[in-house]
Amino acid sequence: MLNKNIYLILIISLVFAISFWIGFNINLLPAEASINAPIYDELFKILFIIGLIIFIGMTLAVVYSLFKFRKRNDQIGDGIALEGNLSLEIVWTIIPSIIVLLIGLYSYNIYDRMGGMKELNHNHEMMSSSTEKIWAGISQTSDNEISKNNLSIEVSAMQFAFLFNYPKGKFISGELHVPVDQKVSMKMESKDVIHAFWVPEFRIKQDIIPGQPTVLNFTPTKVGKYPIICAELCGPYHGGMRASIIVEEESDYNDWFNNNKKTEVNL
Amino acid sequence: MTISIDPQQTNNESLQPKGWLRYFSFSLDHKVIGIQYLVCGFLFYLIGGTLASAIRIELASPMSDFMPRDVYNQVLTLHGTIMIFLWIVPVVNGAFGNYLIPFYVGARDMAFPRLNAVAFWLIPPSGLMLVASYFVEGAAQAGWTAYPPLSITTPQSGQIIWILSVLLLGGSSIFGGINFIATIIKLRRPGLKLMQLPMYCWAMLGTSLLVVLSTPVLAGTLILLSFDIIANTGFFNPILGGNVVVYQHLFWFYSHPAVYIMVLPAFGLVSEILPVHSRKPLFGYTTMVFSIMGIVVLGLVVWAHHMFTSGTPPWMRLFFTIATAFIAVPTGIKFFNWVATLWGGKISINSAMLFSCGFIINFVFGGITGVALAQVPFDIHVHDTYFVVAHFHYIVYGGTVFIIFSSIYHWFPKVTGKMLNEKLGILHFVITFIGFNLCFAPQHWLGLNGMPRRVAEYDPQFQFVNQISSLGALLMAISTIPFLINIFLSVRIGKDSGDNPWNALTPEWLTSSPPPVENWEGEAPLVEEPYGYGKQFSEQK
Repeated sequence: MLNKNIYLILIISLVFAISFWIGFNINLLPAEASINAPIYDELFKILFIIGLIIFIGMTLAVVYSLFKFRKRNDQIGDGIALEGNLSLEIVWTIIPSIIVLLIGLYSYNIYDRMGGMKELNHNHEMMSSSTEKIWAGISQTSDNEISKNNLSIEVSAMQFAFLFNYPKGKFISGELHVPVDQKVSMKMESKDVIHAFWVPEFRIKQDIIPGQPTVLNFTPTKVGKYPIICAELCGPYHGGMRASIIVEEESDYNDWFNNNKKTEVNL
Repeated sequence: MTISIDPQQTNNESLQPKGWLRYFSFSLDHKVIGIQYLVCGFLFYLIGGTLASAIRIELASPMSDFMPRDVYNQVLTLHGTIMIFLWIVPVVNGAFGNYLIPFYVGARDMAFPRLNAVAFWLIPPSGLMLVASYFVEGAAQAGWTAYPPLSITTPQSGQIIWILSVLLLGGSSIFGGINFIATIIKLRRPGLKLMQLPMYCWAMLGTSLLVVLSTPVLAGTLILLSFDIIANTGFFNPILGGNVVVYQHLFWFYSHPAVYIMVLPAFGLVSEILPVHSRKPLFGYTTMVFSIMGIVVLGLVVWAHHMFTSGTPPWMRLFFTIATAFIAVPTGIKFFNWVATLWGGKISINSAMLFSCGFIINFVFGGITGVALAQVPFDIHVHDTYFVVAHFHYIVYGGTVFIIFSSIYHWFPKVTGKMLNEKLGILHFVITFIGFNLCFAPQHWLGLNGMPRRVAEYDPQFQFVNQISSLGALLMAISTIPFLINIFLSVRIGKDSGDNPWNALTPEWLTSSPPPVENWEGEAPLVEEPYGYGKQFSEQK
C-alpha cells in the first residue's frame, strides 16, 4: 500500500512538473505590443498550466485503466461491484469548485487591470457623450486621468474596410498610425453590418456594430506594424478585410500627422 | 403509470409494411423511427462532411482559390447548419432516444407514436430544402448564427429557405422533446422507480427540458428575422431603428442550450456503454443524475458568453463568466465518475470502448479550453477565431460524434442481430482519432496567433499549420470508408450476435435481437439494477 502511494505521488509530481515546464517554456502567443498583452499572457499561462495538469492527469488515468484493467483472455466474470464512494464524490465536487472559483476571481482581477470593469466613457471633446449610449469595450485607465493626452480616433467600418478619422487633424486615413506608449481612445461604429476590430498583438477585440457606437481604449508599447483583422463574418470578402496599425515613435507620428493634416483628406 | 397498449395502435402496426420497406413508410414503431433518424442523419453527415472537406481544401492555401468567396460562405453556413440540425441533434436525441427510451422505461412504444413519426418526417424535406436552396439563388451565407444585419442584406431566398428549414427542424425537435418527457414520466412500467432508470433516460429528460424551454425562443427569433427580411420590419435592422444585439441574446438563449442538447444525450449514452464493457456498475449514479440536472439549470443562464465582444455591459460579462465556468463542476463530476467506472473493471478493449475512451480524452480537452473561453479577458482575444472553432469541434465532434460511433458499435447487434467486425472498427477508431486531433489541435494555435474564423483567405504565415489541419481532415474523411464497409459487410455476412452478446443488464438486451415489434414477447421485465455488474452475473451467452 505504501509503495502504491509513493508511485502515485511520484506520478502526480511528474504531471505537475511537465505541465509547469510546458507552461513556462512553450509560447503559443504572438508578440506582446500593448499594455494589455503581458496581463493577458499572465492569465493564459496560469490557465494553460492548470489545463495541462487536468488533461494529462485524466488522459493518464484513462490509458492506465485500459491497460491495467483490460480483460485477459482467461478471465471471466465481472469487475468489483463498486457503485460509488461518497467521500470521493465530495472531493471531486469541492476541488473543481474551488479551482473554478479561484480562476474566476483571478480573471476578474485580470479584467479589472485591463480596465474592463471601469465605467465606460469616451473622452472626446467633439462629442457630447452624455447623450449617447456607449455599449461596450475596454477602457484601460481611469477617466480621471488627463484626457487631453488621449489620442482620440473615430473608426468606421464598412464592407470591407476600416476608416480612421483623426478629428484633431480633420483627416481620414486607411491606416491607423499611433504613437508608442500613448493611450488611444477609439469610438467605433459600423456603416453596414457587424464587424470587429482585432489586433492579435494587442490581445484586444471589440465588435463594431451598426447603430450602436462601441469604445475601445488601448496603449501600444512596441514600435512596429501590426495587422488589424475583422473578426466577425461580414460578407464574401470578410477574409480580406484587414488594415494595419503602425505604432511609431512620437516624432515620426507627429511628422505623419502633420503631413496629412495639411492635405486635409487622405484616403 | 400503466403500460400503454393502445389496441388501435396495434392494429395499425399490422398494416405497416414489413421488411426494409417499413423504413420508408410512416411507421409508428419507435425502433423503425429510431433507425430512420440514424440513417437519415448519417446521410446528412456525409453531405456536411463533404462541405467540411471543401472548406479544408480552400484553406490548404492562403488565397481564396478553390471556390468563389460567396460560395465559400454558403458552404460554411450549410456545413454548420447541417451538422448541428440534421446530424447531431436528430441522431443523438431522435435516433438513440427513440430506439432506447421505450426499452428503458419498459414500454411498448413512445407515448405519442404519431407525433413521433411526424417529428421524423419533418426532417428529410427540410434538409433537402436547405441543400436545394443552393440551386435557387445561392444558399444562406450569413453563417449558422445568421446574425443581422448580414442575414438581412445577403440574397433573400437562401436566407428565407434557411429560416424555414431551421423552423421545421426546431418543430421536429420540440415534438421529440415533448414525447420523451411524456414517455419517461408517464409510461414507466409498474414498479420501476425514477432512480432505477438507466442514465440515458435522465440525460434525455434533461435534454428534452432544454429543448422544450429554449427551442421556441429560436423559432420566435427566426420568425422576427424573416419579417425583417421579407416585410421590411425593423426588429433587428439598425437602419429602421432595430437592435442587432437583441438578436444575439435571443439566438444564444437557444443556441447555447443547444450545445447541451447535443452533448447531454452523449453523456447518457457513454454512461450505458462504459459499465457494460468494463463489467462494473456505473460509479456514482445519484451524483450523475444531479450533475445532469445541474448542467440543465446552468446551461440556461450562460448564453451571453458568446457575446463578450458584442455590446454587453461589464456586470453582465462578469455574471456570465462565473456561471459558465461553474458548468465545469457538474461536467467534471461526470468525467471523474466515468474514469472511476473503468477503474478496477474487466475492460474489453473493443471499438465501442475505444470510441468512448476517445470521447473522454477529447472532451476533457474541449472542456478545458471551454473554461478558459468563459473568462472574459481570455475570450476577448480569441473570440471568433480558429481557437473557438477548435474548441467546439472538440466538444461536438471529439465528444458527441465519437459517442455516436461508439453507440453504433455497441447497439448494432441489438438492431440487426449481427456483430460488427472488430478489426475494421478499431481501424476506424485509430484513423478517426488521429485525423481528428491532427485536424483540430493545430487550430488552437492558429486562433491564438491571429487567424479569424469563417475566412476563405488568410495570412500566408499560417499556411503550414493549415495544411496539417487539412491533412487531418483528409484522414477523417478516409475514416468513414472502413466504417461504411464494416456496416455493409456486417449486415450481410456478419457473425450472428445472439440476443445479448455483451451480457449487458440494461432492459433492451433482455429481449431478442432484433427485438419483436412490441419489444417483448410477454411482460416487460422489471430491471431494478441496470448496472448490477459483479452482483448478478448474467448467465446468458
